[in-house]
Amino acid sequence: MSNELKQYPMSNELKQYQGPVWNEPIIMEMGYPGRRGVLFAPAEPEVRRQVGDVSALIPSAMRRKDAPALPEMSEPEVLYHYLRLSQQTLGMMGISLFGTCTMKYNPQINEQMAWRPEITELHPLQHEDTMQGALEIVHNMDLILREMSGMDQFVFQAGGGSEAAYLNCAVTRAYHASKGELEQRDEIIVTIATHPCDPATAAAAGFKVITLMLDENGYPSLDALKAAVSNRTAAIMVNNPDDMGVYNPEIKEWVRIVHEAGGLAFYDAANFNATMSKLRARELGFDACMFMLHKTFGTPKTGVGGPATGAYGCSAELAPFLPSPLVVRDGDRYRLDADRPQSVGKIREFLGNVQVVLKAYAWTRSMGAEGISQASDISVLSNNYMEKGLLAIRGVTRSNPEATTPRMEMTRYSLQKMKEETGVGTHDVQNRMSDFGIDPFWTSHEPWLVPEPFTPEAGEMYGKEALDKWIAVISRISDEAYSNPELVKTSPHNQPVHRLKLGVIDDPSTRAMTWRSFVKQRAARA
Amino acid sequence: MKPAIAHPYMANSVPAIQQEMLDSIGVKTIDELFVQIPKDHRLTRPLDLPPALSERELRRHLVETLSKNSTTEDNLSFLGAGIWQHHVPAAVDEIVRRNEWLTSVYGEPSSDHGLYQTWFEFCSQLGELLNFDLVGMPVRSWGTAAGHALRMAARLTGRTEVVVVSAIDPERLSIIRNYCEPPQMADHITVRLINYNPATGLIDLEHLRATVSGQTAAVYFEVPSYLGLIDHQAAEIAAIARAAGAETIVGVDPISLGVLSAPSDYGADIVVGTIQPLGVHLHAGGGVGGFIATRDEPRYAGEYPTLFISIAETIKPGEYGFGRALLQQSSYDLRDKGKDWIGHSVYLWSIAATAYMAMMGPQGFAEIGEIILQRAHHAAHRLGELEGVRITFPSGFFKEFVVNFDDTGKSVAEINDALRAEGIFGGHDLSSDFPELGQSALYCVTEIHTQSDIERLVGALQKMIIL
Repeated sequence: MSNELKQYPMSNELKQYQGPVWNEPIIMEMGYPGRRGVLFAPAEPEVRRQVGDVSALIPSAMRRKDAPALPEMSEPEVLYHYLRLSQQTLGMMGISLFGTCTMKYNPQINEQMAWRPEITELHPLQHEDTMQGALEIVHNMDLILREMSGMDQFVFQAGGGSEAAYLNCAVTRAYHASKGELEQRDEIIVTIATHPCDPATAAAAGFKVITLMLDENGYPSLDALKAAVSNRTAAIMVNNPDDMGVYNPEIKEWVRIVHEAGGLAFYDAANFNATMSKLRARELGFDACMFMLHKTFGTPKTGVGGPATGAYGCSAELAPFLPSPLVVRDGDRYRLDADRPQSVGKIREFLGNVQVVLKAYAWTRSMGAEGISQASDISVLSNNYMEKGLLAIRGVTRSNPEATTPRMEMTRYSLQKMKEETGVGTHDVQNRMSDFGIDPFWTSHEPWLVPEPFTPEAGEMYGKEALDKWIAVISRISDEAYSNPELVKTSPHNQPVHRLKLGVIDDPSTRAMTWRSFVKQRAARA
Repeated sequence: MKPAIAHPYMANSVPAIQQEMLDSIGVKTIDELFVQIPKDHRLTRPLDLPPALSERELRRHLVETLSKNSTTEDNLSFLGAGIWQHHVPAAVDEIVRRNEWLTSVYGEPSSDHGLYQTWFEFCSQLGELLNFDLVGMPVRSWGTAAGHALRMAARLTGRTEVVVVSAIDPERLSIIRNYCEPPQMADHITVRLINYNPATGLIDLEHLRATVSGQTAAVYFEVPSYLGLIDHQAAEIAAIARAAGAETIVGVDPISLGVLSAPSDYGADIVVGTIQPLGVHLHAGGGVGGFIATRDEPRYAGEYPTLFISIAETIKPGEYGFGRALLQQSSYDLRDKGKDWIGHSVYLWSIAATAYMAMMGPQGFAEIGEIILQRAHHAAHRLGELEGVRITFPSGFFKEFVVNFDDTGKSVAEINDALRAEGIFGGHDLSSDFPELGQSALYCVTEIHTQSDIERLVGALQKMIIL
């Protein structure tokens, strides 16, 4: 072991982790005919008498003939089944440094407040007089994000970052249509390091996508941008820093070039953790930006599945095109403004995930300006601290070796050397990590710009000891790869189930997305 | 500028730890690590945000702010129109609030086996309600599900028009129009609206026949419709679509499926809908969630924008695990060449829904369907007895129905203001979105509305009609 590694001693704890093995059946195999999990009071006798034969209330052609083949279970059977499955989910109990997702602590007070009936039992179509508390919180969060970005108006209708990117494309369409230029401006420019949702939503919104490749500095050259920009440019959609931890220092010039050509500039602030309180999108010239409240603002990810919020902010010039309604303040009252003739309308029903906005608001109030600035400092400090330890591990190299300045809150590494020397690749290491009670790392968005990638993001939540343990696990797995590669390649070993057989998930004859499909498949094989 | 004391959410906010880490890296200050950002990009002042609060102060602030809300629990509510009050069993809330899945990323099947199994069970149970073998992981809402499904149909057929019922939630229609792109775009999909029969509220079949053509990629309708109606012509509508080579897309409220036919049984090719009624609270609108389901055929599977969870064999004989299937066609893998786009959705609500469906079982769905029908029809009957009040479409509805107040001489807004003063949220005002229906409101009655609740509404309305 090298000297550098001695500061990351392997504790015996690494050997002791064992994931809970419940051998829990699929719920479709459980239950007993006649069991009930919930009962409902029947309608009162007078109601039943007045209404008469209930089946006559349904047109005969539309009556269900066969009961759905759902399990029949008691309440505790259902409860404990799902509690056992929750125990077989590592969540954030291990150490989750899942890069690009900005794993943060989800404060319990925020959950407690969001689950109060004043929010859970609020109907979005209630009269605004009865929703003043919720509207006040939405408005105050709007003000906070305006201060953090320099934008003039935020809206929370998008249920995630990708939907906010889509909203940006809808706003871009409406803006150019208002100038009579939409037919001409049918191109959106992204970089290969931009999150896939940006090109994907641009394409789904009807735009042609131009993707700029990176040069040796880690970002596309100005010449590449100039060659792509024309009077057909509707917008650019870029993140900065990117997932390699590289910041494009020419971004102001980029925005100027795009504006000069009549396009809009959208800042996908996916990696805002590194730059919050350090810079503001509007001051770099951007027309619009988005913040992921489920990442940077401490609200839960829920299995990368949401409910989440892509908070979308823009300049006063673009604000007329924002989806309706907007929450506006009139003196001491808040109201919903839906009288907005240039609005793109709706991209999702109602006001968005108000409970997520509430949690994000609570996070900003707990952190304050100093806390937020410190979180950014710590995330960058921790990443650079980890880099030293990780680069000392055999088989680990760093992306973009020419970019020598300290990376921001993330660094992308490669295990290509390890793969070549041992046959152990990044997916093998992911699986093996879970044997130590550590959440597998994130590899990379597609396409893989470096081979066998991995991307840890330390964030500000975990302590130095946790970071040291994480590094120690990678170090241990590296040792295993070079001494006993089969151990890694057949992992996990300490989890409820083993890895899937190679290829079964890609073969229509061996995959099944529902139980009924699986049963048919099994019968066909038998 | 650092806080004098460590912040409870940040273990490394202790200055001595930061110094240890700086020493390890070999730099003097954290600021040196930000050298990539040019000076003229940097904000030169601290953010001007409201002061930081301790947990106790935050709690007081939020409790005070939230107390300005008045909820469907404090009041008697008849609001629906896309998100509905149903009973959420306490066990569902306990399950859905577990920190393990609340906080996790999807990670890998290795570390999160329980989460993957839960997701698979959601798709499996919804598949039983729908009589469909292929169910994707949830999308963000009913409207977004409909938008994606219509785009799937356009890709499947290579056609550029879709036929959509006009008796639709205007919010959902607005989403669909966005998904179909403006006319200036090369891939624009034309949305043709189908009238409803003013006497029955059901789809005008003649208008449908005259509108569907060789250009039609899909016919989209809903059961129950936005106006609450169960269209008995569903099989005929599907047949008209099929004869033209178009896909039949049906939007459905799954809580009705204990008593109503699954759309697959009357000819639907693609089914979309909401999962909110399956154990999810209102959350001020944040409870919505959608799904897409079809037959398990390659032509459909190959067009989904969603994530799929598959059960499959592991390397240990006889053991089964789970994995993400068909990811290679998603925008995660293919970027702008993927099937629409994928991203954060409402997967937490799939956990609520799977627990809810398991607690309900076949009998629960049958009973709740019958109770809703009884209560809703009784409420309509009682309201229709009031002078000046008319039930616009008095039969063939599920849990929502249109109440017309034209003959009372009062507007829905006036009536709802007066009801609100009595602690009642009247039905959703339809007068601006459906002017042809006059002063009408969409009333929602579910299993939670008792006879005395209905009598309270009737009494309050009677009082204000007489005035």
